Amino acid sequence: MRAASVPIQRPLDAKLLAVDYRGQIEHLARSEFADLLRPGDTVIANDAATLPASLSGLHVPSGRSIEVRLAGRRALDENARFSAVIFGEGDFRIRTEDRPKPPLLNRGDRLKLGILQATVLELLNHPRLFLLEFGGSLRQIREGIARHGRPIQYAHVPMPLAAWNTWTPIAGPPVAFEPPSAGFALDWSTLRKMNERRIRFATITHAAGISSTGDAELDRRLPFDEPYRISHSTAAMIRAAQENGGRIVAVGTTVVRALEHAAALFDGTVPAGERLATQRIGANSPLRIVDAILSGTHEPGTSHYELLRAFAKDENLARIDAELNTHGYRTHEFGDSIFLERDGIGMSSAKRSAA
Amino acid sequence: MGVSRNLEKSELSLAGTRAAITGGTSGLGLALVHELRNRGAQVAFVARNRNRVERLAQELDGAYGITGDVSRKEDIYPLAMQIAGALGGLDVLINNASDLGPAPLALLGDTESERFERAFSTNVLGPFWLTKALLGSLAASAREGRGAAVVNISSDAGVNAYPYWGAYGASKAALHHLSRIWDEELRAEGVRVISIDPGDMDTPLHAIAVPDADRTALKRPEVAAREIADRIHSLLWHHGSGIEEEAIR
Repeated sequence: MRAASVPIQRPLDAKLLAVDYRGQIEHLARSEFADLLRPGDTVIANDAATLPASLSGLHVPSGRSIEVRLAGRRALDENARFSAVIFGEGDFRIRTEDRPKPPLLNRGDRLKLGILQATVLELLNHPRLFLLEFGGSLRQIREGIARHGRPIQYAHVPMPLAAWNTWTPIAGPPVAFEPPSAGFALDWSTLRKMNERRIRFATITHAAGISSTGDAELDRRLPFDEPYRISHSTAAMIRAAQENGGRIVAVGTTVVRALEHAAALFDGTVPAGERLATQRIGANSPLRIVDAILSGTHEPGTSHYELLRAFAKDENLARIDAELNTHGYRTHEFGDSIFLERDGIGMSSAKRSAA
Repeated sequence: MGVSRNLEKSELSLAGTRAAITGGTSGLGLALVHELRNRGAQVAFVARNRNRVERLAQELDGAYGITGDVSRKEDIYPLAMQIAGALGGLDVLINNASDLGPAPLALLGDTESERFERAFSTNVLGPFWLTKALLGSLAASAREGRGAAVVNISSDAGVNAYPYWGAYGASKAALHHLSRIWDEELRAEGVRVISIDPGDMDTPLHAIAVPDADRTALKRPEVAAREIADRIHSLLWHHGSGIEEEAIR
């Protein structure tokens, strides 16, 4: 697949590869996404807005230029302490794996990040991953990130991203570190059409973390723990879908992670509340809630691709991969999409567990 | 101004409502900050002048002050981020910040293009950008059953053709129509968008526009703020029921 290098969320020619539960593949325009849905389906998206989580500045003890990327938080309302990844000189124009080595961090080191002051509280079992604490009031921290931060981005998009490139149309709480980019496919017109066809729409808030660090060892630890919140109205919609046998369609891997995390804790139900998703989803993970996923296209070896293995057999994923490559699908956050029904017996997970 | 009233029994409470107000350090905006706070709302306010924002935030314990200029596109997402972050969501957005255009007022033929553009940036583009950036928060609020409303402050100069009010009047007309269309489009999402003409008020903006006005004949911004708060209460209360209401005049 080729990288999508232009930060347009909904290019007119965006493609959608649809795979049904039998493994049948169909090529569609992504604008036809809603046509794949059925009345009674419940579509659930992640409404997290994306913080400009790349902060350039200075490692005070060494006097060297650094970039710090906020990578995770323990709770949605935690605004002073973040896990973070440090990079050496330069910015997103250099591939992360080619970046100069950053200075060695020690507990207590001061960092000056534009108008923000921060301290290294502790290293997190890796020389580049650490717990960062901002100084100042919450108001100063919020303003400092909002004004000084730049969206985290990677070398495949050569122009600097603006905040509006990274917020999905439905973005609300600014808690994610990278965009829940499957949601780029949604627009208000699609939501309107879904509404007219009695397809229900709900959101969760899931603080999507960093997706790549340029360090193989760190990348193997992804995704980091991510807090998420399920509202009462969303919990009620999921319950209704389960009772009525309607399908639950997740927009993005973060939604799958959150819903299945809750369902694993609560015996197949998804109660309202905030929790911390710690699990990884792979080939052997049971899907108790999600019947289908709308996602970006992912390359083998990434944690996102691993998650797709919970939906489809490896031989089907291999066929999908071949189709994506043959048909010139674009990958990464501004790329094309796939719609994947979990393979199996062609009924909703609710019906299946009732059977 | 700055007088804090106790919540009177007759007033409709906005306890727990999360509201953001632009142009919050003077005139109607300031009166709205006080009024909504007095009714129990959690309030974030936006204004351009950092000193005034910080002074007011200090004066009003619990009101969240944010410095920024809604007429600058690059300020919008930092503002939206701080509003949604500080309030933990958003139920009500009041686009109140306004620019008069040329000061003193001028005939359109004498109006500098830059002044005309500035009026449109503040009065039309700013509300469009900020509402769009916060639409996800507002729609989430509606889905959660809290109701959601955008209140755009317009003017009768946007309806009637007053000579000398060209830049301001044309921009407020655009804002009014933007509100009507957006309201139609967002009904199904449970988000209401209305424009309110608060009437001629005794505010700094009015003093610049009409320096020799008889101030005693003008409406006090506190009165307009009370009417707007009542209207917000009814919008949130009736959310989803599609009840039509009369404009406040």
